Amino acid sequence: MFHRKEKTAPISPERALYLRQTKRRRFFINLTRVGILAALFGLWEIAGNLGWIDSFIMSQPSRILKSLTNLYENGDLLRHIGISCLETIVGFLLGTIIGTLIATALWWSSFLSRVMEPYLVILNALPKVALGPIFIVWVGAGPKAIIIMTLAISLIVTIMEVLNGFMATEEEKIKLMRVYGANKLQIFTKAVLPSNFITIINSLKINVGLSWVGVIMGEFLVSKAGVGYLIVYGSQVFKMDLVMTSVLLLAVAAALMYQVVLLLERKIIKNKV
Amino acid sequence: MKEVVNVSDVCLKYQSKNGEIEALSHVSFSINSGEYVSIVGPSGCGKSTLLSIIAGLLKPTSGQVFVENQIVEKPSPVLGYMFQKDQLFSWRTVYQNVLLGLEIQHQKTPDNIAYVDKLLKEYGLYEFKDKFPDQLSGGMRQRAALIRTLACRPEILLLDEPFSSLDYQTRLAVADDIYQIIKNEKKTAIMVTHDISESISVSDKVVILSGRPARVKEVLDITFEEPTRTPLTCRKYPEFQKYFNHIWKELDIHVS
Repeated sequence: MFHRKEKTAPISPERALYLRQTKRRRFFINLTRVGILAALFGLWEIAGNLGWIDSFIMSQPSRILKSLTNLYENGDLLRHIGISCLETIVGFLLGTIIGTLIATALWWSSFLSRVMEPYLVILNALPKVALGPIFIVWVGAGPKAIIIMTLAISLIVTIMEVLNGFMATEEEKIKLMRVYGANKLQIFTKAVLPSNFITIINSLKINVGLSWVGVIMGEFLVSKAGVGYLIVYGSQVFKMDLVMTSVLLLAVAAALMYQVVLLLERKIIKNKV
Repeated sequence: MKEVVNVSDVCLKYQSKNGEIEALSHVSFSINSGEYVSIVGPSGCGKSTLLSIIAGLLKPTSGQVFVENQIVEKPSPVLGYMFQKDQLFSWRTVYQNVLLGLEIQHQKTPDNIAYVDKLLKEYGLYEFKDKFPDQLSGGMRQRAALIRTLACRPEILLLDEPFSSLDYQTRLAVADDIYQIIKNEKKTAIMVTHDISESISVSDKVVILSGRPARVKEVLDITFEEPTRTPLTCRKYPEFQKYFNHIWKELDIHVS
């Protein structure tokens, strides 16, 4: 007889108005975002067609599309993107894992961490790109050199970030562990590491960006494939369409990868903050 | 009554780059089984330091602490420790939190787990055991922290300002709650606090410390005519004000 509607309680008119307004606002924000992109590309296309800009040098959306189809049709598109993505993923995973391991060692021994302090500061200040030629000589001009390049860029930052997080673990949490007679390994695995999940995920986020810098830098220097290679090759043979296409591809790939990490973060951190 | 804790002539000096700080100077007192003892003193006088020494987390420069006639040298399962904040780990469920101590000591036996279940049921947390700490109220969190401490079956509880992070009303209620549980489980308790009223309301004995370096100024026995007092009800007896004034005078606190 009675239908209780506990979950769909009647919405007050003020609430309804509020919901309508937030929804409208969100719609206009999205519309404006898409609008700006469409306007820019539209203007670019028209400017090229009307001769306001030289589309040989500045390229043009229609030419980019054509260059993209070309790449796709001869099977190069996925190969180049795949290689760059793979190098980036390997780079930022290695950077985060090795960085966390080294940070763990430094947390473990305060003597070691005091000793290493000036080395870390200097290595952090050094522009890692300068080391590129050295890596090429050491491991050869190939994917290995590129991955080492990305590691060089992301490793030191990771060590410093994660070590700071470890050091900042609440003193009382460690005291609690000690009261129960925990040994250092237990303190680390049960208190320090889990309370720093967020720090590690954050450094993963930073490392995605840094690894792309490393990969593109590395590909500029050595490679025969990848998005960075396409950019360098395109500019050398004056195919600006190819350069622009590659830059757009890079933007999309980097943004997607960042979103994946964000998704991962939400999954892991759920209830664990 | 059996003497369970004996603090004997404990001194502590901290060494740091800027020099030496004398925190505790010849502190001695003893505590009997089943007593609830508060340690009060001016802020920064070394109350918590003293508790850390009793817990075996810190070595005194000289003097000893005996717990059940054994010299304390490292943390022992006989002693349980409660912190100012509950220190429940946010990434663990309530159940995983209360089992933390047993897990560290590799004592997750069916017997001990049954004991934890009993405690959770008795103190109304069993149905919340799969929740995460941030889904509980402040009072319930402090209760969970107490059960985590009791899970290892300590004889003596060390409480380091256990209620000071709660707001005033919650604090009165939680102090009452925790007091009942401790008495119920027949534990000995040593509590550090800066709240004079709180110390009188729960204690059988108050140890009054001086400012740094801390010395024992007086050990005051707290007795009420009404034997069935609780932390809440005892505040209305005339002795309460008398003890308050006495401790206040002893602490000799000036704002200058």
